[in-house]
Amino acid sequence: MFDQLDQIFVTLKHLVMGFVPAAWQPLVSALIAIVLILVVFPTLFALVTVIERKGLGRMQNRYGPNRVGIPFTKIRLCGFGQFIPDGIKSLTKEDIVPRAADKVVHFLAPVVMMVPVMLAYAVLPFGKNMSITDYDAGLLFFFAVGGAVELSVFMAGWSSRNKYSLLGAMRAIAQMVSYEIPLILSAVTVVMVVGSLNLNAIIAHQNHYTFGIAHWHVFTPWGLVGFILFFIASLAESNRTPFDLPEAESEIIAGYFTEYSGFKFALFFLGEYLGMFAIIGLGITLFLGGWTSPVSFLTWIPSYVWFFTKLMAIVFVFIWIRATLPRLRMDQLMNFTWKFMLPLALINILVAGIWHYMAADWQRWLVCSAIIFGAYAILGRGLMQNQNFGKRIYRYAE
Amino acid sequence: MSPFFIITGIVTLLGAAFAMSLRNLVHCVLAMAVAFSGIAALYLQLDAQFVGFAEILVYVGAIAILIVFAILLTRSGKAPEKSVLTSGAWTSVILIPVFFGVLAWAILHSSAVPKDLPPAPVATVKNVGDALMTKFVLPLEIIGLVLTAAMIGAVIIALKEDSQKPKSEDGGQQ
Repeated sequence: MFDQLDQIFVTLKHLVMGFVPAAWQPLVSALIAIVLILVVFPTLFALVTVIERKGLGRMQNRYGPNRVGIPFTKIRLCGFGQFIPDGIKSLTKEDIVPRAADKVVHFLAPVVMMVPVMLAYAVLPFGKNMSITDYDAGLLFFFAVGGAVELSVFMAGWSSRNKYSLLGAMRAIAQMVSYEIPLILSAVTVVMVVGSLNLNAIIAHQNHYTFGIAHWHVFTPWGLVGFILFFIASLAESNRTPFDLPEAESEIIAGYFTEYSGFKFALFFLGEYLGMFAIIGLGITLFLGGWTSPVSFLTWIPSYVWFFTKLMAIVFVFIWIRATLPRLRMDQLMNFTWKFMLPLALINILVAGIWHYMAADWQRWLVCSAIIFGAYAILGRGLMQNQNFGKRIYRYAE
Repeated sequence: MSPFFIITGIVTLLGAAFAMSLRNLVHCVLAMAVAFSGIAALYLQLDAQFVGFAEILVYVGAIAILIVFAILLTRSGKAPEKSVLTSGAWTSVILIPVFFGVLAWAILHSSAVPKDLPPAPVATVKNVGDALMTKFVLPLEIIGLVLTAAMIGAVIIALKEDSQKPKSEDGGQQ
């Protein structure tokens, strides 16, 4: 019975496909998948905006949105209807294009942003037998389309002919290019150990249980380091605090989308959140076992429930970090990735190799953990050098 | 010829043509990115997934961004006043077909090109990986070493500059 519940969407799709003539089946199958992605993830985006505002409010000791519920009724739903007026507002706002702007590029930028972000969902496995395409090189596909986001950011920033936009775009590209390297290098460890770029194969590799605990990659020394590196890099890739320099509102207004209003602004907002969900989904797939259960006695819970539970848990951590940490400075941002994350990611690749070739007993745990801990200590010390962290002295504001 | 091939071919050619003929350099880069994506789509139609994705990853994600950065760092953001196309655009319309014709004639009549094509090889990602790890392992190792050395070298250069920099007067406890 639980198996049927797990496969309910797959069965439903097969049922629908039964009514379609064979020649049309590939097209209809693709259409169903596209419509599902276009419905599920923007809805998730709408809910997450409310959760984020309420969560930030709670963490900062204020209320957040708590009034809007279902329109024309007295049901408030703790404010979870807030995204409806927000959406209507952004749809009805005037679309302002600066006179000096490069009209065509300015118009295309938000559209170009949505394309790679949406394409990234094509390879993510949302549940058992629930990935849309099963590319051999799924991981490579994900990173390839992710790289195209930078181009849209540049288009937005450059075409606005506004110094804040251009500064924001330059910051965004520098940050994305820099953090893409630890992101990919930390994912390489998984590819090395699994021996496949296929995301379904990566999940199948983690779907075993010893003493009732799953073989998720995060439960190994290299996997833990890889996951932490991936997590930090994905924070930076999705321009979230503390890496939100590209849109630092107290410095450069809104960064590369300063000159966007109305629905184009909403598209950037949507693109950013969908990109965030996609990259979290990839992190879950690589290190947190994808749709598998962490313990063997909970495997009866449907796989898609596990996927979205993990997704929302990490989104919550993202919100938590946003409420907690201040923004980094540009040099701190660059120092952190080039002098700390990149060397650690390279050493982690070495450790993954050692892990792969050593016998599976306690010795490899010891050796791998020792290398990682030593590298972490040395690199951390190197990063802290010449920084002179200490009690802050206020010279001019006594 | 499938309609997909014709569409991607036209898009690729248009992108390449605009990349050469537009006056604004940034527009040229964007047109070139379109051409690169088109080439990647052509690779995908040939079932060469690895090459197709690598094309997007390297050319759209890295090379185009690199060129954009080079343009932004070297030029002012002024828009060109005159026409959209470069002055030489129309001569190229005549020259390029002639050039293409000569090349096509040369290739078709060359003895180096086999006339009857062998059956299309199966190039899965696994095949590519196997080939890289067995037949082409030495080039792969050398390229890997060079790239890693370049990356670490860049970091070391950045490290040196930081320690030689005179300490600033204000900011924190000195």
